[in-house]
Amino acid sequence: MQQIINFLIRNRYLLLFLLLEIIALIFIIQSHSYHKSKLITSSNSIIGGIYNKTNNLSNYFSLANENQKLAEENTYLKNLLSKKKINIDSVIRQVTDTVYHQEYQYITAKVINNSYSKRNNFLTINKGLKHGIQRDMGVILPNGIVGVIQDVSPNFATILSLLNENSKINVGVKNSNHFGTLAWNGKNYEEAQLLDFPRRASLKIGDTIVTGGKSVLFPEGIPVGTIKSLNLRNNYYENITVTLFTDMSNLGYVYIVNNIDKKEIENLEKKHE
Amino acid sequence: MNNIFFSNTFRFIGLVFLQILIFNNINLFGYLNPYPYIAFVFLFPFKKERSVLLIFSFLIGLTIDFFTDSGGIHAASTLFIAYFRLYFVQLILRKSEFEYYTFQITSISVDKVLAYFFILILIHHFLIFSLEFFDIQSFFEILKRTLLSTIFTFLVTTFGYYILVSKNK
Repeated sequence: MQQIINFLIRNRYLLLFLLLEIIALIFIIQSHSYHKSKLITSSNSIIGGIYNKTNNLSNYFSLANENQKLAEENTYLKNLLSKKKINIDSVIRQVTDTVYHQEYQYITAKVINNSYSKRNNFLTINKGLKHGIQRDMGVILPNGIVGVIQDVSPNFATILSLLNENSKINVGVKNSNHFGTLAWNGKNYEEAQLLDFPRRASLKIGDTIVTGGKSVLFPEGIPVGTIKSLNLRNNYYENITVTLFTDMSNLGYVYIVNNIDKKEIENLEKKHE
Repeated sequence: MNNIFFSNTFRFIGLVFLQILIFNNINLFGYLNPYPYIAFVFLFPFKKERSVLLIFSFLIGLTIDFFTDSGGIHAASTLFIAYFRLYFVQLILRKSEFEYYTFQITSISVDKVLAYFFILILIHHFLIFSLEFFDIQSFFEILKRTLLSTIFTFLVTTFGYYILVSKNK
């Protein structure tokens, strides 16, 4: 017994070091899993509050930029509207308002902390549970996608960025029904990689990549990027690189997508498992 | 005693805020950030109880992890260099120069201070990027980022050290 106590006292620094190191490693391993809520997260009220305060200061410098983005989006939406005008002269006009069903709802939030230079990036936004934000909602911009909500607190939430090894987003080629997965290899924040694309899909450099219909996180057809380069070896696509439309280094306001049908779709899909 | 306590508390808070508000947003060439917050470990007095250093190094790393959503990689790496700090000082300095209880960093020569900084920064950054990528295939990416960030942190830390610390004492 005496010897054990002596051993403990002699090696107390080593033991303390090992104990703390093990705690840190547990945190790290836990953070590598997407499915568990993290312990170490900037979505808590203290960290989020500090980011919110400092962001209020730096906000003013990006106002001109934000204005321009809004103006561009307005133009885009106006163009969409003018395409939808109904031709009154046409013979048959189908009225569908009784079966009208809203599928998506959007919530605006401001990015108060952004990272894009690490292997696994997260963003913090200034909206949380109180504003209707929940885990696993998609986050988009007018011209691209940002990521998926991961941890939520009453007032803040963190987004699992597109630029993260746990991020796997279902995408397809515009005007085609072939789907693949968008992932990131950790190198350049302007580019992402396409995986698991079937070889029957005919891909060309310059093709537009959009979100696929298989995912319940994002509405179908949101532009993601264009194919920058690809190799075809043994009839398989390799190293498909996509230039992203989103400038991940410069994010102001983002839209959070609430898929109203998500629960229903997921319950239905669970029955098959 | 009290003075040491306050100056280290102040340094802890100051370095955390500098790190999260300024140095985490530099992104030189799109991916390079310095991590000068580990100067806390370099400057922590040698004559203090080592367990205090270990606990506070762990805490400063964990605080950075909270702000950057990085799991526990900063806590693990900072704790690591805090534990092995003593052995590197003994390596760099000759035995006669190193007397544990009267030792002060401001009393050793410039080249040895810089060597001490550089080795600890290098180890810390290598651990950070290894834990961040966690993938043997990215070995060259890890090496590249380690070397470039080490130089960056080294410059920032040395600059800060000669402006803020060495003159005061």
